[in-house]
Amino acid sequence: MMSVVMNVDKAALRRIARGGAVLGSGGGGDPHIGRLMAEQELGEDGRVPVVPLSDLPDDALILPIAMMGAPHVMLERFPSGNEIPALVATMEKLMGRKVSAILCIEAGGLNSVIPFIAAAQMGLPIIDGDAMGRAFPELQMVTFTLAGLKATPMAMYDDKGNGATFDTVSNQWTERLARVLTIEMGGAAMVGLYAVTAGEIRDCLIHGSLSLAYRIGELIETYGGQATETLASSLGGTMLFHGRVRDVERRLEGAFAKGSVKIEGQGDFRGRNVTLGFQNEFLSAEEDGRMLATTPDLITLIDANTGAPVPTDTVKYGLSVKVLGLPCDPIWRSEEALKLVGPRYFGIDVDYRPLDVA
Amino acid sequence: MIRIGVDVGGTNTDAAVMRGASFVAGAKSPTTPDVTSGAKAAIEKAIAASGLSVAEVDAVMLGTTHFVNALVRRKDLSPTGIIRLCLPSGASLTPFADWPADLVEAIGGRFRLVDGGYEMDGREIAPLDPAQVLVAVDALKAEGCTEIAVSAVFSTVRGDMELEAAELIRAAHPDLQVTVSQEIGRMGLLERENAAIINSALRPLAVEVVAAFKRMKDELGLTCPVYFTRNDGTLIDTQEVERLPVLTFACGPTNSMRGAAFLSGLDNALVVDIGGTTADVGEVRDGFPRLAGTSVTVADVQTNFSMPDVVSLGLGGGSMVNLETGRIGPDSVGLNLLTEGMVFGGGTLTASDIAVAAGRAEMGSHPAPDLPELEALVAEMDRMLSDVVARSRTSAEEMPVLAVGGGSVLMGDVVDGLKVVRPAYHDLANAVGAAIAQVSGEVSKIVQLSDGLTREAAIEEVTREASDAAVARGADAKTLNVLSVADVPLAYLPGNNLAISVTVVGDLNLENA
Repeated sequence: MMSVVMNVDKAALRRIARGGAVLGSGGGGDPHIGRLMAEQELGEDGRVPVVPLSDLPDDALILPIAMMGAPHVMLERFPSGNEIPALVATMEKLMGRKVSAILCIEAGGLNSVIPFIAAAQMGLPIIDGDAMGRAFPELQMVTFTLAGLKATPMAMYDDKGNGATFDTVSNQWTERLARVLTIEMGGAAMVGLYAVTAGEIRDCLIHGSLSLAYRIGELIETYGGQATETLASSLGGTMLFHGRVRDVERRLEGAFAKGSVKIEGQGDFRGRNVTLGFQNEFLSAEEDGRMLATTPDLITLIDANTGAPVPTDTVKYGLSVKVLGLPCDPIWRSEEALKLVGPRYFGIDVDYRPLDVA
Repeated sequence: MIRIGVDVGGTNTDAAVMRGASFVAGAKSPTTPDVTSGAKAAIEKAIAASGLSVAEVDAVMLGTTHFVNALVRRKDLSPTGIIRLCLPSGASLTPFADWPADLVEAIGGRFRLVDGGYEMDGREIAPLDPAQVLVAVDALKAEGCTEIAVSAVFSTVRGDMELEAAELIRAAHPDLQVTVSQEIGRMGLLERENAAIINSALRPLAVEVVAAFKRMKDELGLTCPVYFTRNDGTLIDTQEVERLPVLTFACGPTNSMRGAAFLSGLDNALVVDIGGTTADVGEVRDGFPRLAGTSVTVADVQTNFSMPDVVSLGLGGGSMVNLETGRIGPDSVGLNLLTEGMVFGGGTLTASDIAVAAGRAEMGSHPAPDLPELEALVAEMDRMLSDVVARSRTSAEEMPVLAVGGGSVLMGDVVDGLKVVRPAYHDLANAVGAAIAQVSGEVSKIVQLSDGLTREAAIEEVTREASDAAVARGADAKTLNVLSVADVPLAYLPGNNLAISVTVVGDLNLENA
């Protein structure tokens, strides 16, 4: 008998999607379209049970399901609905056993809700946790990589029914090869990867991410424009800044949307200016050459009027915003982890200093 | 040339008589439930005030929110079926997702998914299967649909398959009208499809409304042509309104912005239109409104057809003031301002009372209230307006702010650091904007470049086609202006392909009308 953390229905899914957008740290794609797909799969009265990892025996097979590729493609070309059953069947064949639960690999952005489609469709529970605690742009940027777990065997399916499996020498190679194939498949595909047993991830799973996303969504629903302060105080973070967007600069480098957002202070922050740097996600918050926060800590922009998170691809001049800083999971603060997701990996030449929440 | 612009608003119907580029006279009359009698009264009053005769009028331009109101009130909507060309993709999110249940019920919520659609680079997901399309139409008709809309994945990148399906349907069912999604919406399948469904559902009503306005015209003794104004500030004739009624949805704010720009002589400005309950803020560039880049929610449905980018704020002349919290609006006494406002002898403290007390406006028959909180309330009103103006700006560039509408007296002389300009006849800006609407021609097509055809030459050719389209719609060839040019290369298609779209606008030519 499992101790269900929550039974996710349509209303709960809405909160998780909102919270997922906050954890996206400005990137990861808008969860909206994924939420609609999960709602269709749930129907009027459907529910997905979210369970703690501690409820699963060590040998239980857990399969993370995610969307890989350009979230924008998903706004036009929706999955067929056959991808996930094909992924699960393929992975079960490769692993030689049945999947016991679905896992969310990335609690930020679109992938915060995609696993709910899988869980609803396959009638499986979902684990309350993930492997990023936020959104990151590349497949190897998961706590599982630090624990020496491999992304492969991995399966990928597209909407036409094409499938592929990967066997690679490293998670970086999986990223390179899988990225190329998603483009050929039309820019986005569904993947099943990092198939693990419960015993393997007890120490490297970021526990409670889905209930955290739910709680964030609920706080925004309750507090609206004042949610940032409440989120900061109740999640151990800090409100880094409050002001008005005075400049947005964007450029395309390779497959990444890079740029910066300049914010002029208002209220308690009057007379100060902050610049946020982004590459899909917000990576840094800087004031007069001083870093207020950098990746892997979360930097999220919140609409000061509504409390809605503002992604990097739609932030506009003139918007009144609050900047929320949330500490990343402690796993990300080791030297080895910072090589994978720290400021220097993204070309920001500073030492990482943990977010000051005093 | 004498033109009459008419704006049918929620409360008042306004009419403005223009001779060439000069304002001659205007009038207001309450909007009536049947729409046309209010419009008729406003036109009659305006013509009488102008001293002109009915025979001298060359054209009437109508701006009406009738169609969007029908959608909001879930009335006069026809049962519509949507056929989406997408299989094998697409079934994980079917049409009508996220619609309010009462609207799905009003329209029927019927759909079929069939083979077809494109990838983002123009490759086919699957070829179109004519038999599947015709079977889908028969099934939808059998289920009670009288209107059909067609959508296809990435039809904004390549439109051929949608058009081919529509042709097939028209050939097999000459009685059916078909909306294709690419004519209305942009990238974002669900939103574009929603716009196409709504358009189809409104078509029979559009036919009725056009007939009613024709009767009104006859009753007034007008012999000139009648046009409707579109979301983008240009005109469509009555036949096109019958086909694409959603193109009129946002003509209200558009006409107000274009009218404000025209009346002030400032083509690049922010426009703040303050009524009784709300303030709507948008930006005009070269006399045309800046369009919203993302999806727009209409009557609780997400759509993405071209609409002006308007930010609304719950602050108007009738907004109620709460002295305990220091907040103004969003609740409003609305139309009852003239009896409930304190300067009008009523008992409700409104934003208009604050404006009078602060010396910004003169109105009513009673003295303004003496309030210790006056300074703080004026500051709050200015903060609200500054905030909404700041959100409407796209850069730090200095530009004037045009204040129009009955509630525009609430605004001070500077907002968000920008100078406020109050054009003459500002309370008729909507009707003036309708009167000055131009005619556009748009052509979007995929051109295959070769040694003999360069990109520049291809764009020139498409611009010529758009110009011809504008002239065919009634534009004066001598006044044509290129409003926008966009070209996107299509990778992965055999050959060197370019998707080019050009919009050309010009003044209405009434000599051949």
